[in-house]
Amino acid sequence: MRLALLFSVFVVASCGLAYELIAAALASYVLGDSVTQFSTIIGTYLFAMGVGSWASKFIVRSLAVRFIQIEIAVGLIGGFSAMLLFLAFAYDAGPFRLLLYGLVFVTGALVGLEIPLIMRILKDEVTFKDLVAQVLSVDYLGALAVSILFPLALAPHLGLMRSGLLFGLMNVGVALWAMRVFGSALGRAPYLRAQGVLALLLLAAGIASAERLTALAESAMYADRIIHAESTPYQRIVITRWRDDIRLHLNGNLQFSSRDEYRYHEALVHPALAALPGAQRVLILGGGDGLAAREVLKYRQVASITLVDLDRRMTELFRDNRLLAALNAGALADPRLAIVNRDALAWLEQSDAMFDLVIVDLPDPSNHALGKLYSSAFYRLLGKHVAARGLVVVQATSPFYARRSFWTVVATLEDAGFVTAPYHAYVPSFGEWGYIIAGRAPFVPAPAFPVPTRFLTPATQRLMFDFPADMARIPAEVNRLNNQALTRTFEDEWRRAIR
Amino acid sequence: MNPARRALLAAAASGCFASCEFRDGAPQPAGALLGTDMALGHALRDGTLPAPTEERRIGAAIVGAGIGGLSAAWQLARQGETDVAVFELEDAAGGNARHGENAVSPYPLGAHYLPLPASEAVSVRELLADLGVLAGDPHAPLPRYDERHLVHAPQERLYKDGLWHDGLLPRAGAGARAIAQIERFDALVAALKARRDGDGRRLFASPSLLAGRHADSDALAATSMDQWMRDNGFDAPLLTWHVDYACRDDFGARPAQVSAWAGLHYFACRDGVAADADPHNVLTWPEGNGHLVRRLVGWLRDRGVPPIRTGAPCIRLATARGGAVLDIYHAAERRSVRYRAARVIWAAPAFALARVWENAPPAFAALARSIDVSPWLTANLTLASLPEDAGPAPLAWDNVLFDSPALGYVVATHQRMRVAPGPTVLTYYWPLADLDPAAGRARLAAAPWQAWAAPILDELARPHPGLRRQLQRLDLWRWPHAMPRPVPGFRAAPVRAALAALDGPLLFAHSDLSGMPLFEEAHWAGVRAARRLLGGAGVSAPTPAARTGGRRPR
Repeated sequence: MRLALLFSVFVVASCGLAYELIAAALASYVLGDSVTQFSTIIGTYLFAMGVGSWASKFIVRSLAVRFIQIEIAVGLIGGFSAMLLFLAFAYDAGPFRLLLYGLVFVTGALVGLEIPLIMRILKDEVTFKDLVAQVLSVDYLGALAVSILFPLALAPHLGLMRSGLLFGLMNVGVALWAMRVFGSALGRAPYLRAQGVLALLLLAAGIASAERLTALAESAMYADRIIHAESTPYQRIVITRWRDDIRLHLNGNLQFSSRDEYRYHEALVHPALAALPGAQRVLILGGGDGLAAREVLKYRQVASITLVDLDRRMTELFRDNRLLAALNAGALADPRLAIVNRDALAWLEQSDAMFDLVIVDLPDPSNHALGKLYSSAFYRLLGKHVAARGLVVVQATSPFYARRSFWTVVATLEDAGFVTAPYHAYVPSFGEWGYIIAGRAPFVPAPAFPVPTRFLTPATQRLMFDFPADMARIPAEVNRLNNQALTRTFEDEWRRAIR
Repeated sequence: MNPARRALLAAAASGCFASCEFRDGAPQPAGALLGTDMALGHALRDGTLPAPTEERRIGAAIVGAGIGGLSAAWQLARQGETDVAVFELEDAAGGNARHGENAVSPYPLGAHYLPLPASEAVSVRELLADLGVLAGDPHAPLPRYDERHLVHAPQERLYKDGLWHDGLLPRAGAGARAIAQIERFDALVAALKARRDGDGRRLFASPSLLAGRHADSDALAATSMDQWMRDNGFDAPLLTWHVDYACRDDFGARPAQVSAWAGLHYFACRDGVAADADPHNVLTWPEGNGHLVRRLVGWLRDRGVPPIRTGAPCIRLATARGGAVLDIYHAAERRSVRYRAARVIWAAPAFALARVWENAPPAFAALARSIDVSPWLTANLTLASLPEDAGPAPLAWDNVLFDSPALGYVVATHQRMRVAPGPTVLTYYWPLADLDPAAGRARLAAAPWQAWAAPILDELARPHPGLRRQLQRLDLWRWPHAMPRPVPGFRAAPVRAALAALDGPLLFAHSDLSGMPLFEEAHWAGVRAARRLLGGAGVSAPTPAARTGGRRPR
């Protein structure tokens, strides 16, 4: 009995430290800042253990039964904590911290109850000095074992979710074993065994289903968490989240980061739209994430937005998913906006609609098919849909990383008969980014922005139209369908920019 | 339904049974064996069509709605003459430039591209301007084409040694000797391109009817391309293959079967330039030159020219001093009508004219039959997605197979203004150059669908092992009389002189006139006939002023 209980002290101590490490590691992964996470979680955990130890004095009868019940409870709560936290994080960031510290506290308090109870169970069999020496040394030995195993074997091979469940199983295992050891000493506790077995089954089921959850979540162990991934007929959509940073990747290319996308989209929309106080009809090509539309909808005078994006799944996702629709402030469900899920080229060829502003927010020209969307033929076609005093604004890759590509787009717009006003803005996720306003007369920027902006000011705008020497204009070929000059240049330049 | 039964029903539905299984036992794709109307053509030959039951009087008649006939009608309408009746044997206009269409895309059945019009091809540029293909002034020194009609990059690639290479003459791995020969060949072609006769006319003009005369070109026209290659020490496999490919592309014949003048014309005539294209770019459309046919038919309709009568072969023609009498069979009405026309432009092959022209000069029939005509087969393969291959050169518009009896294939959706990938149609070109033309025609008439489909799929499986899985349909189009062959000696042959001399109630406007089965040739034959009909103005070569951009009075 004594050795058996000492062994269970070892296991219980291992599990206790494991829950603490798992919670701290998980918090570091999803919230970042590991020093803060480890520090606050260890602190909370130790404090909770103290609370548990203090509370142990209120348990006066049926010590063995209470001990077994506590083991089952620790096994369940500690075991499932990692899974619960992952699910909570995927759902929303708000209550995540509350749940994190709540779970850490409850687990810590329960673990804090264990050692005093064991010492009290053993106090009649061992002298006090031996009891303290043996229980505490085994306790710290268990902690040592887990602190070595966790980073070397458990976290990398099993992952946090399954490690947690495994320790939960061990806790419940100790409970079931204790039932055998105490035997008749337990007295009347009719449902105890059933509770233990049920807990065992739940944890086993958890391990079985952890496989599926880890497919989604474990990939995020060492990078951002993937909160949505799907392959549509046109592209692979992956949305990741790291703390409050939501990112959209299309075919592996970053489209926006929610931390700084306002810089990109304000720069895309406001210089042109603020200069068109009479603009009522706006066309957005691409931009299925609705973020450009969100900026356009700030303008009261805009009566209609037509958003043409090839991929129906993109626009559905950013209209119907609560988290993503929050990013575009529900722009895609706005009554002023109409979504057209068509190929931009095909739609332009068939439509005869006219617009005051056309926002061209299409993917970069990384292949011949996309290169057609940056050709002089495309801009000529576009020109037929622009009102006499209307404007076009084009996102045109980075004038820093892909300088010749940027000026190729400028040259191509000019070849198609537009007067251009190239400008650039700094978007931390992308680096220095380029845009071009194109119209039929020289562009005159608005003196002020009539809508609230986080990034743009009239002074910032003035600087945007100035190109420093390392991004200044260089001679560039016109991108035609029959030469696809841009796709070649773009590939070369980005290959050199990213190693 | 079990798979065997399903395959059986599919075979029965597609019109063949029992012998339809492919060698590898794979199920057969759907497909049709189509082609120019052999039944009507043979009924015409055998004289079994009914005699006329009605007589009508018309201004001018054009027999044949290929590029020659349509260009003649265009030239007439451009000069105000719209009292024109155009008759076509087939059920659609276009001739060699006919096209097909299915739910995936329109696609060519025959001719599918136009090089940038050469300096002499002023009237081709005028036509392209009228059709909106050429933007702005067709007489500009550097004309600007609507970029959508220029072949989109990448233009072409070659499958050789198990890989796709950029361009048709990949230098990588060719060897120093081959590269030296290619460079010498290019230099010779560049010199020939610039050569002019005493009147300033290029020796290798396009259209060739406007070419200058010189003893050197006469000598080239008398010898074969094959002989010329050997005489000049060109024997590197890559170069001889390229020349062989060019001869089959333009004439459906091997270098031994065409004159050196014609073989070199493929390379040396192309001096066209553009403000917005490389000189080697071509003009092309999803439906090939069928696009120009469609636009031309629309243009004629807008100008008030009566609709083209299709399914309407000429079964008898008699000429007299004051006009001509044509008996036309109207297949839809199952009866014939006699038309009395002031003038007739014959824009169909010479052999067909010889069959129906009642009072032809005595030697005419024999002369007309002296023209060799190449048979062709084209296949349209409808695929669920773009074909996959090992690269490294990406899918191009023209995908050429090295050392293959066929030329390769073009991709109908390449010119589409679309971004999303999707299903496509490949048009596979197979000149029957290795058979005697008559034997080729006999095989076209007799061989069933699978006798053509199996070798085509085997040939395409080399670069695209997975093609069979993507294949939805394979439609075959037979061209028994696709192209006149410019054999050695043809430029000086009496039949050319006889056809060129036709001037009176009957004018000739088919590419048989030059023996060069090309758009520019047929077009110029049509324009030449129309101008003669209207009074003979502007039939000779354009003056140097016109070549350099000066406007010519119309």
